[in-house]
Amino acid sequence: MKMAAPISIHLEFGGGAELLFDGVKTHHVTLPSQSEPWDVKQLLEWIKANLLKERPELFIQGTTVRPGILVLINDADWELMGELDYKLQDQDNIVFISTLHGG
Amino acid sequence: MPVLCSRCEIKKAHLKRPKTGHSLCKECFFWVFEEEVHHSIVSAKLFNRGETVGIGASGGKDSTVLAHVMKVLNERYDYGLNLILLSVDEGITGYRDDSLETVKRNQEQYELPLKIVSYEELYGWTMDTIVKQVGLKNNCTFCGVFRRQALDRGAMMLEVDKICTGHNADDVAETVLMNFLRGDIARLRRCTAISTGSEGAIPRCKPLKYAYEKEIVLYAYFKKLDYFSTECIYSPNAYRGHARSFLKDLESIRPSSIIDVIHSGENLSVKEEVRMPIQGNCARCGYISSQKLCKACVLLEGLNRGLPKLGIGKHHKLQDKLLKSQPLTEEEEKKFKMISF
Repeated sequence: MKMAAPISIHLEFGGGAELLFDGVKTHHVTLPSQSEPWDVKQLLEWIKANLLKERPELFIQGTTVRPGILVLINDADWELMGELDYKLQDQDNIVFISTLHGG
Repeated sequence: MPVLCSRCEIKKAHLKRPKTGHSLCKECFFWVFEEEVHHSIVSAKLFNRGETVGIGASGGKDSTVLAHVMKVLNERYDYGLNLILLSVDEGITGYRDDSLETVKRNQEQYELPLKIVSYEELYGWTMDTIVKQVGLKNNCTFCGVFRRQALDRGAMMLEVDKICTGHNADDVAETVLMNFLRGDIARLRRCTAISTGSEGAIPRCKPLKYAYEKEIVLYAYFKKLDYFSTECIYSPNAYRGHARSFLKDLESIRPSSIIDVIHSGENLSVKEEVRMPIQGNCARCGYISSQKLCKACVLLEGLNRGLPKLGIGKHHKLQDKLLKSQPLTEEEEKKFKMISF
């Protein structure tokens, strides 16, 4: 069976979302190789298992991000990119911005 | 497959607008966002040439975007306004002192004068000292009541004609829901108005009333505006939190929900027979109030008498006693002392 190679991506958390990740805003991570290419849905599961430090319900609801958290894929609204089904590429930049914090 | 901007049809789209469903590139988004705020300002005649306008600035996303857009539009359309940043220092260590640093940077970035008024100078109490006395249960009541007046008093010191605040469409929709759920008819009627109060208090307006939070955040992000985004260390504000996540859940199914709730609020008509509180002035400080003593003065009196629960809930019967600085009975005192946290 053909395996997809591991990929390196950049993650950024902002607007207060970084508080759920020990206050760290940028993370460079490598996703291990697997038979299918990585998509955003699997990335969220990976983040929950590997990066999320506290109160996961403030970041993930069901299988998607909590409403009110914006997602940008390579600087574009994920709603233009297929949301959970977007297939990640090596060196992609994924940004999560909370809109739920005070204004 | 990159989606093209539906407006210029040349550049790659960077966001999908929740309000219209249009896909836009950054430049077209900046333009339509600013033009819509301009439209809100002009169609509701929010300002007049020559006026001094205080921008309520907390260092957060909404007020940072408001300050930026007001500056841009004042120049683009020659409103002829004199803009000032107006900030309130509630005295919350590790929260407000950090966000005020952001406001101070904004002052330089936007070349606007800045005035900071503090709870300490106005009331003799900071939120830190209030929390020490009242605990974490009703502290948000104190902070909310004091902030509203603080902004007005700061504005008076500066002889500002109008105050504008960064309240956005999501905030207004939340407030409509909360007032509805609490049966607060007087506030429900007032809360959707884009501008309020010409009698007594300094008129206030919300130029971002129709701007979605998502667009405000993306505007700030794409423009790389400098804003502060940490939750207040004292604020759980659970009730608003529930209203907020409920609205966000609705928005994720139907993005127009936010504007729909605002429209519902705007179009409610209240039966003639419903009694509305009559607005007068506080006998002690002169601020607008529907009681003899305004809420801030009652809260302050409670703090100074060591009876912090005095202003929590409704205690109209005590108004006369408080006004004459008379002592309370032992039984009354017992009720307003802090027993449990």
